[in-house]
Amino acid sequence: MQQKHSHIIKVSGLNSHYGERQILHDVNLDVREGEIMVIMGSSGSGKTTLLRTMLGLNKPSQGQVHLLGKEITSMPTRELYKIRQQFGVSFQGGALFSSMSVKENIQLPLREHTQLDQTTMDIMCRLKLEVVNLSGFEQLMPGELSGGMLKRVALARAIIMDPKLLFFDEPSAGLDPVVSAELDELIIRLKDAMNMTIVVVTHELESAFRIADRITVIDQGSVLITGSVDEVKNCDNERVQNLLNRRPRNEIIDADEYIKRLTGTQ
Amino acid sequence: MLRNSIESLGRSMIGFTHTTGMMGVFLYQCLRQLLLPPHKLHAIIKQVYFIGSRSTIVIIFTGLFTGMVLALQGYHNLKDFGSTDLLGSAVGLGLIQELGPVLTALMVIGRAGSAICAEIGIMRHSEQIDALECMGIDPYRFLMVPKFIAALLSLPILTFLFDVIGILGGYLVGVQLMGVSEGSYFQGMYASVDWADVRLGFVKSMIFAILIVWIATFKGYFLHVLKSGGHGAEGVSRVTTDTVVLSSVIILASDYLIGSIML
Repeated sequence: MQQKHSHIIKVSGLNSHYGERQILHDVNLDVREGEIMVIMGSSGSGKTTLLRTMLGLNKPSQGQVHLLGKEITSMPTRELYKIRQQFGVSFQGGALFSSMSVKENIQLPLREHTQLDQTTMDIMCRLKLEVVNLSGFEQLMPGELSGGMLKRVALARAIIMDPKLLFFDEPSAGLDPVVSAELDELIIRLKDAMNMTIVVVTHELESAFRIADRITVIDQGSVLITGSVDEVKNCDNERVQNLLNRRPRNEIIDADEYIKRLTGTQ
Repeated sequence: MLRNSIESLGRSMIGFTHTTGMMGVFLYQCLRQLLLPPHKLHAIIKQVYFIGSRSTIVIIFTGLFTGMVLALQGYHNLKDFGSTDLLGSAVGLGLIQELGPVLTALMVIGRAGSAICAEIGIMRHSEQIDALECMGIDPYRFLMVPKFIAALLSLPILTFLFDVIGILGGYLVGVQLMGVSEGSYFQGMYASVDWADVRLGFVKSMIFAILIVWIATFKGYFLHVLKSGGHGAEGVSRVTTDTVVLSSVIILASDYLIGSIML
């Protein structure tokens, strides 16, 4: 039984297309219980598509995603909604509902999925706001919050149901280094205090190295390496080193292909 | 050249069929959730306030001036035939059967339909709908159903209000301004308008309610998929315009269809 749950996420042979364009190429990945897995890649590498497919928001053209022991790519929507109650997601821009206050946003999953009374929900909300260092902000509207505060409120909403698994999309994007470091600390604290498995998608190297137990580097839709921070740093794959050293990609262009592209005669 | 035209026509037909199919599935999902109680009363009241209450002023003014214009035109036309006694029935039938439901629906499209589309579109663009799904909350149930219920409650009431105010506007012009007798105005209306006409107006307003919310929510919800949508602010503005244009045309076309079936 223990063995069965050691992989809380298992992605196998995943291919994904937008129209005729292939985004993911035979992606294989597993996330172990209790670890922080960082999926790292440059813009357009396919990491967000991978995250959305793992969340069941995108249907892959091929392959399987096992989440908490269940295959979700062919799962009926009703069941998918049930399994989603067991994990939390913090989106890049926060995705808070602008017509609801901070408190209403955080309490929404409780209101929809539990029969708790208002007092209990208020206590839980304050508790989670304490965790993200935002106590006293429950009456504010999302429009009154800064970027870092929005992300922390989104995180509080993501953990309000005490999920086993947390997905975090670009926690550092658009934040200054201090706020970004605070969020990284928060992620590590969450893992230790609540024994959560956390999947973070980011392109920020510093943040990734600080928080990750393991890192998966993805480029042009393919996984280049999955391993510990040291393994990734010491990897001799050129594309991995390009990413780590912020070197621009030098594509070798075929002359005929280039002419065809320019003239639009494919 | 010919081949390109045929290909383009084929692509358009496939696109049209695809969008129609998506709209059908979308409506099915909404109506299925609509028929599955319990529903959140608070969310419905909020939407009734938005779609219904906040449309009241515009409906009162539109109804008043429509009734006044109807009476003015009707009076001058009927005067040539010496039949100004029929003014009440002309105003009453015109408003209750046709103008009441149609103009109310058009006003609600302009005021609430466009706003519903923009709201859902922005929610889609800013990942709020994805966030709902990831919280295990069905967006059809959470976002669409309260809007459908609120429109189904609000449109008939707004239509009734439009009719009453319109009849009052007709009374002001016909009776107070043009001198048609008060008795013949109301008696003519009473004699010619029967329950079938009221029922027709009611049925129309219910169908229009579904059509307005269906088109507005669909366009916003599939902002990221619909070709005309694009992304960002421009996409939202485009689907909002599409919603107003498409809903208005469909309301007028369905008005004819319902009339031809029920009359």
